[in-house]
Amino acid sequence: MSLAVDERSWLQRHRMTVTPLLFLLPGVLFFLVYVINPIIQSFNISLYEWDGLGTATFVGFGNYEELIDDRAFEISLWNNLKWLALYLLAIPAGLLIALFLNQNIIGIRIYKSLFFFPFVISQVVVGLVFSWFYLPREGLLNAALTLFGFDTINVLGDPKMATYGIIAAGLWPQTAYCMILYLTGLNAVNPEQIEAGRLDGAKGVRMLWYVILPQLRPATFIAFVVTIIGALRSFDLISIMTNGGPFGSTRVLSFYMFEKALSEYGFRMGYGSAIAVVLFLIMLVFIIYFLWSMYRDERAARH
Amino acid sequence: MFPTPIEKRSKGTQIAYQTMVPVALILWLLPLIAVASFSVRPLADFTNGNYWGMPSTVEFLTNYGRVFYDSDMPRYMLNSVLITVPTVIGAVALSCMTGFALGIYRFKGNLLIFFMFIAGNFVPFQILMVPVRDLTVSVGLYDTKLGLIMFHIAFQTGFCTLFMRNFIRALPFELIEAARVEGVAEWRIFWFVVLPLMRPAIAALSVLIFTFIWNDYFWAIVLTQGPDAQPVTAGITSFNSQYVAQYHLMSAGSIVAAVPPVVMFFMMQKHFIAGLTLGAVK
Repeated sequence: MSLAVDERSWLQRHRMTVTPLLFLLPGVLFFLVYVINPIIQSFNISLYEWDGLGTATFVGFGNYEELIDDRAFEISLWNNLKWLALYLLAIPAGLLIALFLNQNIIGIRIYKSLFFFPFVISQVVVGLVFSWFYLPREGLLNAALTLFGFDTINVLGDPKMATYGIIAAGLWPQTAYCMILYLTGLNAVNPEQIEAGRLDGAKGVRMLWYVILPQLRPATFIAFVVTIIGALRSFDLISIMTNGGPFGSTRVLSFYMFEKALSEYGFRMGYGSAIAVVLFLIMLVFIIYFLWSMYRDERAARH
Repeated sequence: MFPTPIEKRSKGTQIAYQTMVPVALILWLLPLIAVASFSVRPLADFTNGNYWGMPSTVEFLTNYGRVFYDSDMPRYMLNSVLITVPTVIGAVALSCMTGFALGIYRFKGNLLIFFMFIAGNFVPFQILMVPVRDLTVSVGLYDTKLGLIMFHIAFQTGFCTLFMRNFIRALPFELIEAARVEGVAEWRIFWFVVLPLMRPAIAALSVLIFTFIWNDYFWAIVLTQGPDAQPVTAGITSFNSQYVAQYHLMSAGSIVAAVPPVVMFFMMQKHFIAGLTLGAVK
C-alpha cells in the first residue's frame, strides 16, 4: 500500500490562498501608499513645527495646545457643526421631491433627470453659479427681492449670512442626490404592503410614516452616509464663493487646514496637520458607526 | 405605488399636477438658467444694467468662441480628459481584481481588508494632503498629470472595491463552483466567467468615476499649478481672473467646463443612476 502523494505543484495546492492575494496586491499596495500611510504620517507631522522644506522641530502636542486658543479654529469648528446640521435638510427635502415626482405622466423621466442635474455639475461651477445668483447688483436673488418690494441683501458679503448662503448652494446638489436615492427606493416599495395599509385605513402622512419609510430604510441610510461625508468635506464651495471670508467667517476645518498649510498665510504643515487630525477624528466617529452598521448587515447576510 | 397615482385622481388634480411639475423644475434650475442667459448676452447689456430683460443681441457664438479661442480653456479641458480617462481605466481595473478577490474567496482578513477600503474612502482629504503632496513632490510628479492620476486611482480604488465586491457577491456562486469542478484555473474563472458578468458594474463605475474625477477641485489645486497640468475645475479660476467681472464670458466658461459630465450623464443615465443608488434597495 502506498500513501496517496499529492502530485500537484505547491502553487496548485495553495491556489485558493495565492489567487486572492495576487489579485489584491496592486489595489492594496496603491491604497496603502496613498491613503493608509498618509493618515499615519499626518498624525506624526502634527507633532512637529515644519514649513514643508527645512528641518522639522518636534513640539509634542504644542500644535494642539495652540488650537485651543485659536479663534479662527473655533469659528471653523462651529461652522462645521452648522454645515452638518443644515446639510441633513437635504434628506427630507430629497424625499419630498421624490414623492412629488413619483408619478407616471408623459415626460416624467426627463423631469426626473433634470431635477437630478445639479448633482452632475462640479461643485466649482455650482459655487460660481450661486455666487452670481447672490450678486448684490446683477444677481437674480436680489432682482426677485426688489420685484417683491424687499431691500436687497449682500449674502456673501455679510459675515452673518455668508455661511448659510454657501450651505444653501451645497444643499442644491445634495438634495438632488437624496432625491434620486429615494426615487429608486420608492420604485421598489412592496405594492402589497401599500394595499394592506390602505385596507387598514392608512393614508397620506400615516401611510408614509408607518408603511413607506420603514421600507425606505436602506435609501435613508445611504442618504445619511453621503450627506454627512459631504458636509464634512465641504471645501470647494467655500474656496470658490468666499475664500473663507468675509473676515474668516465662512471657514470650516477643511478650508482652514488648507489655508494654514498651503496658502500665502504660511506653510505650517504641522499646525495644518493638527487641524486635519481633529477633522479626521470627528469623521472617525461616523466612519465607525457606518462600518458597524455594514458589519451587522454582513453578519445577517451570512446566517 | 406611493403616493396614489395621479391617474386615479380627478381631472382637475391631474391638470394642476401637470402644470406644477414644469413650474417646479424651472424654479429648481433657476440659478442655472440665469447663468445660461448671461452666457449669450453681449457686454453692452451688462454696462446698461439689462441683466434680466431680453438680451439686446444673442452673442452665443461670440462668447463661446472667445472661451475657445481667446483663453487657455481648451488646454484645461484637454488636461481634464487626460487625467480623467486613465484614472477611470486604472481604478476600474484594480477594483475588478480586488472585488473579485474579496467577493469570491474566503480567507482570514477578508472582511478586514474590505473594511479598510471602505473606511479609507470616507476619510477627509485634508488628512492625506500634506503627506501625499510630499510624496508627489519627492518622486518628481508634482504639477504633472501623472501625479494626479496616481493619487486618484489609489483613492477611487476604495469606493470601487466596495462597489465591485458587493456586485460580485450578488452573482450566482454556482457558476464559479461549476467552473471549478470542471478544473478551470482560478485566473481563467476571473477572466472568462466573472468579468463578462461584471459588464454592467464596470459601465456604472466608469461613468461615476468619470464624473467624480472630472469635478475634482481640491486635489487639482494641491498637486498641480498652471495650464500644463491643471484640469478645467482649477483652470476656471484663472479663466475668471483673466475676465474679471465680464459675466457673459465667465458664464460661458463655466458652462463649457460643466458640459462633459453632463453629456456623460445623459448618455449613460441608466448606468449612472444604478451605480449611485447601489444598496438603496435591498
